[in-house]
Amino acid sequence: MVKVAHVQLSSCCGCLVSLADTYEKLLDVLGAIDLVYSQTLADVKEVPDDVDIILLEGSVCLSDHHALETALACREKAKILVALGACAASGNITRFSRGGQMSKPVHDAFAPLTEVVKCDLAIPGCPPSPESIVAVITAALEGDMDYLEPYAELAKYGSEACGCDLIVKVINKSLCMGCGACAAACPTRAVSMECGRPAIDKEICIKCGACSVQCPRIRFPELIEKIE
Amino acid sequence: MDPFGSYKFAISARATDNQIRKKSQDGGIVSAAYIHGLESGLLDGVIVADKGEDFCAIPKVATTVDEVLSAAGTKYTTSPNLSVLKSAVREYGCDKVGFVGTPCQVQSIRKMLKYPIGYRHVPDKIALVMGIFCMENFPYNGLKTIIEEHCGIKMEDVAKTDIGKGKFWVYSKWGDVKTIKLKDTHPYEQHACHVCMDYTAELADISTGSVGSPDGWSTIFIRTAKGEAFYKAMEEAGVIEIKNIDDVKPGLGLVEKLANSKKENNGKERAHRKEIGLPLPY
Ligand SMILES: Cc1cc2nc3c(=O)[nH]c(=O)nc-3n(C[C@H](O)[C@H](O)[C@H](O)COP(=O)(O)OP(=O)(O)OC[C@H]3O[C@@H](n4cnc5c(N)ncnc54)[C@H](O)[C@@H]3O)c2cc1C
Ligand code: SF4
Ligand code: SF4
Ligand code: SF4
Repeated sequence: MVKVAHVQLSSCCGCLVSLADTYEKLLDVLGAIDLVYSQTLADVKEVPDDVDIILLEGSVCLSDHHALETALACREKAKILVALGACAASGNITRFSRGGQMSKPVHDAFAPLTEVVKCDLAIPGCPPSPESIVAVITAALEGDMDYLEPYAELAKYGSEACGCDLIVKVINKSLCMGCGACAAACPTRAVSMECGRPAIDKEICIKCGACSVQCPRIRFPELIEKIE
Repeated sequence: MDPFGSYKFAISARATDNQIRKKSQDGGIVSAAYIHGLESGLLDGVIVADKGEDFCAIPKVATTVDEVLSAAGTKYTTSPNLSVLKSAVREYGCDKVGFVGTPCQVQSIRKMLKYPIGYRHVPDKIALVMGIFCMENFPYNGLKTIIEEHCGIKMEDVAKTDIGKGKFWVYSKWGDVKTIKLKDTHPYEQHACHVCMDYTAELADISTGSVGSPDGWSTIFIRTAKGEAFYKAMEEAGVIEIKNIDDVKPGLGLVEKLANSKKENNGKERAHRKEIGLPLPY
């Protein structure tokens, strides 16, 4: 059976809650895998060596050598390392951390996992929907690289997510046709549609990347065209 | 070139209900499907482009027949219909959502269904995806310029707009009918439309448009199993009147001609963008 581990660094556990939010689909997923490590779901103290898939949730606190070591170890132990959720993928709200907080006042630097170690897949979103997490795990189990390609790309190039991507990559490039998919995707309602174009409230944007990853005018994989 | 995308069969049809036909753009297929869905329980909420102030388009979740009827008819301006999808499921608590959109919006909802990153618990609530044919759309102020400057009708007085016979038509609430040649509307088109290769909403469950069928009738493509089941239910309930597509004039030939001309023209624009290094959706 495929060995899967869920590891958490600087995060809120929301991504794991999102995975658990799939009810019967989670059971399908858990039935198809061997969950070898999860702080919340399994009683194991160490991430074993040789894990097939590690889902790593959270950004890496560079002021905490434990966090850094965990990130490096996960890279070493995983065949497929997945940056699960926006904190791991693009930093998300932890981008705004500047230290000085109790109880760890010296922890001031947080980097997305994708900027610290090489990740194979990155799933944006705060949290990513349960459906998308299950779809990625299922595709990884089946080796469906076509489906996973956008996630592989985000792991390589996607660490600077922001609502401004809609402006820079879509509106400014004369590609926005005003579908509104970005606005509904935003978890903080930072995107509103004005005159058929997204308007971003930068004070509210947490840099989760959901809006731009949902836009069909940046990325539109061919497999979407297969309908039955 | 494949003009229509994949489909099971095509027909020509119109709503049997007079009231629907009076309020809708063509054969009232979208409104008839929505109303049938709401009344039979196949749908419990539908996304429409409602008429806002001064003939602007406002996406809305409709749950009643009256709401569907008052949103019937084409608005030739962007209506970000996906922007209210999540609210249909969350705020309205809908389990069986009907959607309508231009071909690009249908592509967008298909992407959401395959890659639902920011759409928790939405994908399994989408019961029907309807698409409307589309050559191009206009930003609101583009439409306003056409209607106010070229046709001399105030936006607040517009009752209906239409495209047909090479012209853009404006009907006022007071009975005026004004037209402008379609080619004179080109400068006001939304530029993002010029990379679009889809005329007949190729990824919808059911697509419909006026072209190909006589006035007051609609051309319909049934594309998916879901679309076929919904269409059969409408047919059995007698909410649409049907004609064989091969028996109507001008027929599918004209749809094919227009679909191919869109693909050709916009294919050139895409090649040009590539040449000068501008991005395209990939
Ligand atoms: C921009 C645009 C361009 C079009 N171009 C063509 C064309 O070239 N050839 C052709 O045959 N048909 C075209 N159509 C489709 C046509 O005008 C009718 O909408 C279609 O035939 C459905 O008519 P109906 O009587 O079945 O629907 P109705 O019962 O009138 O219902 C139409 C539904 O569409 C929704 N709607 C209206 N405007 C919009 C919008 N802008 N965006 C999303 N949803 C909307 C309404 O809320 C309503 O629910 C176009 C439509 C649009 C919006
Ligand atoms: S605008 Fe919203 S969806 Fe986009 S990155 Fe910011 S918070 Fe995320
Ligand atoms: S999802 Fe993309 S195309 Fe659609 S409105 Fe947003 S930016 Fe525009
Ligand atoms: S031409 Fe294409 S991009 Fe423009 S509104 Fe129609 S379907 Fe959308």
